[in-house]
Amino acid sequence: MMVEDPRSVRLRKWLAHGFLIVFLSIILFPFLMIVSISLRTGNFSTGSLIPSQPTLEHWYLAFGLEYTRDDGTVVPPRFPVLLWMWNSIKVGMVAATGVLFLSTIAAFGFSRLKFRGRLALLDSLLLIQMFPTTLALVAIYAIFDSLGDATPVLGIDSHWALVLVYLSALTLHIWTIKGYFDNLDPALDEAAIIDGATPWQSFRHVLLPLAVPILAVVFVLAFIGFVNDYPIASILIRSETKMTLAVGSRLYLNDFQFFWGDFAAAAILSGLPITVVFLIAQRYLVSGLSEGGVKG
Amino acid sequence: MRLAITGLACVGLLAIAQRLYLLGQPLYGVLLLFLATGIAVVFGQRRFLAARFVFPAVAAVLLFIAFPVGYTIWLGFTNYGSFNLLTKERATAVILSTRIVDEASSRPFSLVQEEGASGTPMYRLLFPGTDEQPTLISEHHPLDGSVATLGIILLDTAPPETLPRRDVIKHRKAIENLTIELPDETGELHYASLRTFAATQPEFTRAENGVLESTVDDRVLTADDTRGFYVDGDGKSVAPGWRVPVGLANFKRIITNPGIREPMVGIFIWTLVFACLSTVLTFSLGVALATVLQWRHLAFKRLYRLLLILPYAVPSFISILVFRGLFNQNFGEINLIIETLFGGRPDWFTDPTLARTMVMIVNVWLGYPYMMLLAMGYLQSVPNEHVEAATLDGAGPFKTFMKITLPQIIPAFVPLLIATFAFNFNNIVLILLLTNGAPDIPGTRIPAGSTDILGSFTYRLAFQDSGQQFGLAGAITLLIFIVVGLLAYANLVALRRRGHQP
Repeated sequence: MMVEDPRSVRLRKWLAHGFLIVFLSIILFPFLMIVSISLRTGNFSTGSLIPSQPTLEHWYLAFGLEYTRDDGTVVPPRFPVLLWMWNSIKVGMVAATGVLFLSTIAAFGFSRLKFRGRLALLDSLLLIQMFPTTLALVAIYAIFDSLGDATPVLGIDSHWALVLVYLSALTLHIWTIKGYFDNLDPALDEAAIIDGATPWQSFRHVLLPLAVPILAVVFVLAFIGFVNDYPIASILIRSETKMTLAVGSRLYLNDFQFFWGDFAAAAILSGLPITVVFLIAQRYLVSGLSEGGVKG
Repeated sequence: MRLAITGLACVGLLAIAQRLYLLGQPLYGVLLLFLATGIAVVFGQRRFLAARFVFPAVAAVLLFIAFPVGYTIWLGFTNYGSFNLLTKERATAVILSTRIVDEASSRPFSLVQEEGASGTPMYRLLFPGTDEQPTLISEHHPLDGSVATLGIILLDTAPPETLPRRDVIKHRKAIENLTIELPDETGELHYASLRTFAATQPEFTRAENGVLESTVDDRVLTADDTRGFYVDGDGKSVAPGWRVPVGLANFKRIITNPGIREPMVGIFIWTLVFACLSTVLTFSLGVALATVLQWRHLAFKRLYRLLLILPYAVPSFISILVFRGLFNQNFGEINLIIETLFGGRPDWFTDPTLARTMVMIVNVWLGYPYMMLLAMGYLQSVPNEHVEAATLDGAGPFKTFMKITLPQIIPAFVPLLIATFAFNFNNIVLILLLTNGAPDIPGTRIPAGSTDILGSFTYRLAFQDSGQQFGLAGAITLLIFIVVGLLAYANLVALRRRGHQP
């Protein structure tokens, strides 16, 4: 056992707590500020951390409600924040379901079945994973611009086009699920095969029920990744009613208009649920993280 | 059953493929053909049982990553851009459809709304009379966008009430499709402006040998397939043009045009510096915090950990925009604090050095929790005896860390550091949402900013107000592709060396 001088340990404890508290107060400053700003009057007012005249105006607007000020003027909501949230949730859910489906099946194939070119394929997926979809934005725009001539369902401004592009973001998830399958005892599904099950049956009835926890985590992570996407959604979605949250939020703060207070309320409203979901899921994340994933 | 579904899917895909081919998109048609063949082979034969599980995912990756990346780079060898968006057929059609207005025949018009038979509103065009001309009114039309030729009659009763001009603007597209036939076959009127209809004639007609001849003067347009434009006798091009391969022209432009080359070299260097600094700073901060958190005498570990990873948990597009507001020069909270403490308000968005500093601060804030989470995992695998042995030998905590702990966790970290570098090399969300490249580099031909990284620069070239220079953007993408390719390869080697298949 290591011998440590109790006095120096106490001193170092104080130092460690001091450092962490100072560091945290700097890091968490934006969160405190944004809450305060969402309660201030007007979009340009400055002031202390605790607003002198708190108002719920920005919160009414964020929820899509009209707000009547004390002097009787009625402020209509500026942007359809709840509609944007719904768009984000809709696209994120559909795409995450698709990604989960494709990557689970592929992960099973890579983990349990022996076929020619398996290792080479795994390596190439690993290589491709490094190439971000943002490299292909020009082509993605060109492709869906022309597909729109054939059918508007797959054109610019269509949520289905967005879902299709998102479906490609699955290499990381294949690796995560494959890692989980690799750790499950092969005797389980081998027994099923000996009993005459096809590979599909051993996958569907033996491995899939065991993998539910990791599938939930992959679903949540994929969903959060899609909700957070800005570049792809920003080129494929044009009209205000079709926008996802990430694209729409940008409208609050640009060179010509600066709705700081309105943005603050909308940001908390939309950011809080995603943050909570992420904090719950991140516990299971560390193992997946160490395999080379960076949150987008 | 299986064969039936496979067959159905293939037939469906082939039908879409044929439709795309007929629409003048042979490339996508062929792609779908390949997809259908793949499905038929993999799901049709017993031999490829294993491949059935892997095929859908691989097809998705090929279709939506590999193909678009390749296609983007190929566009770098074409003149695809705002002046050359169309195919040759459509560009020709657009030029042939431009019409010259005969001003003498022009007549102002208004829109009249009437209740239609089935409850849908019907519209008529009213041409108010003047001293010389009688009041005319057209037949009904639902203004649903259909192309129609409407007859016109004399109106001898009092003119009906007309709709305000903004309704005309609303229905402009539908009105453009209408032709008014004047009585007694004296001519046709076409939409000329938001207020008038007039007799028009096509500006160009196609001659036997494919050249376009002007109907008003003696200009002759010949197709120049190397430039993708119709050009007249003086060599002046007429918009719109069409897409043609231009070989290395875009790359030549980058290298020889100093208005593009100089900002691009600057942007490339800044991209490397940005990615490098981001990786090193987030790594150092993350490992330092993880070391403090792992110290066994520390209380409230779980609370500290939760608060420390908050920046990672908040959606990045929200936190980046929050910083955009907080750093605002006039009423951002950061400047208010700086003014109270030190006086003066730094202009974070107009001074290049300050803007880059701000970008770094925000990116470290966003990135350190990831490194911290990883480091906490790896630190646990460092055997405690090594640390204790070093301490017994009289080494201080800092020296122990540098000599014992760090060398043990670095090898595991290498692939992740490469991945982080590659991620930041293309971290366009941060730049687009925080500064959008600002401040602009003075004296450039194309919009280029001091905080622009290659990726955001390309994005702005292609999708923001600089005229959709897809060709040039594709050419720059090739450069990014090469760098990322090298990084991806390095990552693969590092993973192998770690002896741990991810």
